[in-house]
Amino acid sequence: MDSNMSLTLAQSAIFVSFLSATVPLFFYRQPYLLVRISFLLLGLSGLASAWAGARALLTNQAEQIVLPIGLPWLHIFLRIDPLSGFFFFIVGFVTCTAACYGPTYIREHIGGPHPIGTLTLFTGLFVCGMLLVLLAADAFSFMIAWEIMSVASYFLVAYQHDKAENRSAAFLYLLMAVVGGAFILLAYGVLAAFSDSFSFASMATAQLSPTWATIAFLLAFIGFGMKAGIVPLHVWLPQAHPVAPSHISALMSGVMLKVAIYGFIRFVYDLLGVMHWQWGVLVLLIGAASAVLGVLYALMQHDLKRLLAYHSVENIGIIYIGLGISMIFHATGHMEVAALALIAALYHCLNHALFKSLLFFGAGAVLQQSHQHDMEKMGGLIKKMPVTAVCFLVGCISISALPPFNGFVSEWLTYQAALQGPILRSGILGAMLPVASAMLALTGALATACFVKVYGVVFLGLPRSPQVAEAQEASFGMQFAQVILALCCLIFGIFPTWTVSAINVIAENLIGTGLSKAAGDGWLWLTPIGKQTASYGALAILFGLLASWLIVYFFLHPLRRDNRIRIGPAWDCGFGPLTPRMQYTASSFAMPIRRIFSYVWFIDEKVEPGHHGKGPRYSLKIHDWAWLVIYVPIGKLILHLAKRASLLQGGNLRVYLSYSFFTLLFLLWVIV
Amino acid sequence: MTGWIFALLQTLCVVLFAPFMAGWVKWLKCKLQNRQGPPPWQPYRDLLRLSRKQVVLAESASPIFRVAPYIVFSVTVVAASIVPVFSVQIPTAALADVIVLVGFLALTRFFLSLAGMDVGTAFGGMGSSREVTISSLAEPALLMAFFTLAMNASSTNLSTVIAHLAQSHFVLYPSLIFSSMGFILVALAETGRIPIDNPATHLELTMIHEAMILEYSGRHLALMEWAAMLKLTLYAVLIANFIVPWGVAMTLEPGAIAFGVYSITCKLLVLGYFLAIAETAQAKMRLFRAPHFLGLAFILSLLGMMSHIVLEVR
Repeated sequence: MDSNMSLTLAQSAIFVSFLSATVPLFFYRQPYLLVRISFLLLGLSGLASAWAGARALLTNQAEQIVLPIGLPWLHIFLRIDPLSGFFFFIVGFVTCTAACYGPTYIREHIGGPHPIGTLTLFTGLFVCGMLLVLLAADAFSFMIAWEIMSVASYFLVAYQHDKAENRSAAFLYLLMAVVGGAFILLAYGVLAAFSDSFSFASMATAQLSPTWATIAFLLAFIGFGMKAGIVPLHVWLPQAHPVAPSHISALMSGVMLKVAIYGFIRFVYDLLGVMHWQWGVLVLLIGAASAVLGVLYALMQHDLKRLLAYHSVENIGIIYIGLGISMIFHATGHMEVAALALIAALYHCLNHALFKSLLFFGAGAVLQQSHQHDMEKMGGLIKKMPVTAVCFLVGCISISALPPFNGFVSEWLTYQAALQGPILRSGILGAMLPVASAMLALTGALATACFVKVYGVVFLGLPRSPQVAEAQEASFGMQFAQVILALCCLIFGIFPTWTVSAINVIAENLIGTGLSKAAGDGWLWLTPIGKQTASYGALAILFGLLASWLIVYFFLHPLRRDNRIRIGPAWDCGFGPLTPRMQYTASSFAMPIRRIFSYVWFIDEKVEPGHHGKGPRYSLKIHDWAWLVIYVPIGKLILHLAKRASLLQGGNLRVYLSYSFFTLLFLLWVIV
Repeated sequence: MTGWIFALLQTLCVVLFAPFMAGWVKWLKCKLQNRQGPPPWQPYRDLLRLSRKQVVLAESASPIFRVAPYIVFSVTVVAASIVPVFSVQIPTAALADVIVLVGFLALTRFFLSLAGMDVGTAFGGMGSSREVTISSLAEPALLMAFFTLAMNASSTNLSTVIAHLAQSHFVLYPSLIFSSMGFILVALAETGRIPIDNPATHLELTMIHEAMILEYSGRHLALMEWAAMLKLTLYAVLIANFIVPWGVAMTLEPGAIAFGVYSITCKLLVLGYFLAIAETAQAKMRLFRAPHFLGLAFILSLLGMMSHIVLEVR
């Protein structure tokens, strides 16, 4: 076996994904062939990278290579270690399912106003960029890969550019990606100033003063946070995710946000080398705010994909809560709990990638069939699309953190870490962790509420519009991708011990200590700290649930008696037949929560009295405070400054020539 | 092996006792209100009658509507099986800790609310919307109260927590007082009792739980009703074993278990009496006053946790 096998596989995965991007150059005129070939290559690339990542994680080996390309004194360093291997696995796996899902999903775009080649070109580049980010081991190639990822995804968001809202969403995304990229560049700049080269290996050994370390940390926190979508830097997510094609939304939300988390973990745990508890507190607070605000904003949405985008903000918040707890314990020297919280955060990265891709795939299938973005016009789809409905239900249960599915395990681990708060022996910090866990509990409960709303309004009840009533089940490839992801949600939920033992290697590498006892009582029992403290046996629970279900079923089910189910109309209070408009809508479902937490949103609710034979009209608009308070003023300020600066632009050729002349004089004065 | 058999028997006892608990509270309430009430064993007759009746299903009902009663009931039974009732020596408590218990209750609520949304009537949606609103406020308070107990015992395992509480000296810890108060308020809200919900009502403007199961009939209704009774009993057992844990058996010896059975029965009957008095003495709240009630529960639980961290950690 080749000693550099993981790295070779990873490189070939990147090469194949690049190849999939180049397919449109050759098959521009045969769109069906083009789609097949490029998605096949994408799927192969996904498989190879999942294999490479899993291999790097399970063998616990770091492999690196220096490629002599680029500038003469700046070689490209590539490295795969368990941390990047773990994220490589996530990217590869989700890409693989997206490659199953994509071909039939984008079929409706063939022959449409937008060339299909653009979509496959940038999908390939996007995946290539993400994989390269994970493999890069020097700041220079990291930034190049990062920008490839950002720009390629910009073109994907802007794919259907005939609509003004899509263009503005894509522009906002590009703007924030560029600003975020600049922050990351500055963060690397600080590190590079204290080390002798741009490679991560030499950056990791740099000795920073606490002030410079904090500056670098803050720059990285903002830069990676902008891509990950923490509050208040989240505003691009709810705009960009709904307008991208659904398999791209799944990749962006399920995977690209994780790449940002990878960057943050790599920077803070690996490169900075020091840790301060104040940083952990900041991460914890921002994470808690993102989680709660993300889910509250999601509750008020009735565009299905926008709602899911806000849930990404929530889940990124949960991941940051785990990271914050880990950083606090790390800085105060409680390494084992720090490892537990880091494992919880990483586990949630994996889980979020699985269930969020699943939900975006389901949402895409619903959109493709119903041609509706608005949940208020859906309903009753479980009868039209049973497979999609069951998979979506699994996604809903997983994201709501309910046992025995995967979302529950990572939140359970986060709670276990937060419950170790008293060992900190510090009043403020000790109080911070329970409050964060309270926020996590509130988030979980509100997420359950939100997904009851989503599932109840979209899949249950009666269809609210004629298109929805005529919906059909999605194609085989789309169903297959969803079924695979749904099964993974269950598998990672009931076999948590194996996953935790695999991720444990990363904690050992980054923190120095792992969880020694996580699987100490056999693979059936997850015991993160010790059997006496807490244990969770997911498979046995699932078995117990099935057993009690069967017992109840056979006790109650009339095998002998003639007691068949009679089908009749629903109870209509004697007022005549029920219509779909009598059902609770998404807005009315969330109304009590809107009223209770009313200060969280800017609510614009109007009732116009009816006149000229028309009935009264009710309108409800809910705005994001972050947008109104932070972004609108910044936008106005920039516009104002730009107007001032436009005075320079007189339109007179002589003035422009004099500008060049004086600039030249100034530069000569500076140099000489 | 003895432990597993004991855990199964204990679960069976709780499941079979649950209708009596609900009937007992109802009977006491009727007596307190000078009414001729049904006997405490009336719920058994109701369940038997319902399980024999034919199921009438709405035309618009989906498979979710039909599997929900089974899921809700079996998850509640599994939740009951992990709670130490007679003895703390149950192996099932290690399978699922107190956070999983909260997760189970959330899972039942998830399917209950989905079933409410399923048929497509206004009542079901109304009930589901209210249920998820109330429980999304109650669940954080519940977890905070549980976390305080867990931090006290430095374990989230229910057996360990209850054993720790029963074996420690009787000291009035402020954390335990605050979190028990919060827990009782949450229990009232989560089991659908006055002042949050009224189990006896069928008035459309006030229903929560009854609105969600309005479309159910026959054995499905029986399962939903039984699950609700079981949930009430479960919360009562938790209150009893957290606040007055004395009497619960520490071993699996027959004598200790017999005393455990005797003590928990007495505690539950007394708790039922208090619940009946509380429900007689106060009126149901408006829905939009419920957040104040649950906010109080949350603050109490949080105070309990803070006082544990600030005052009691040595």
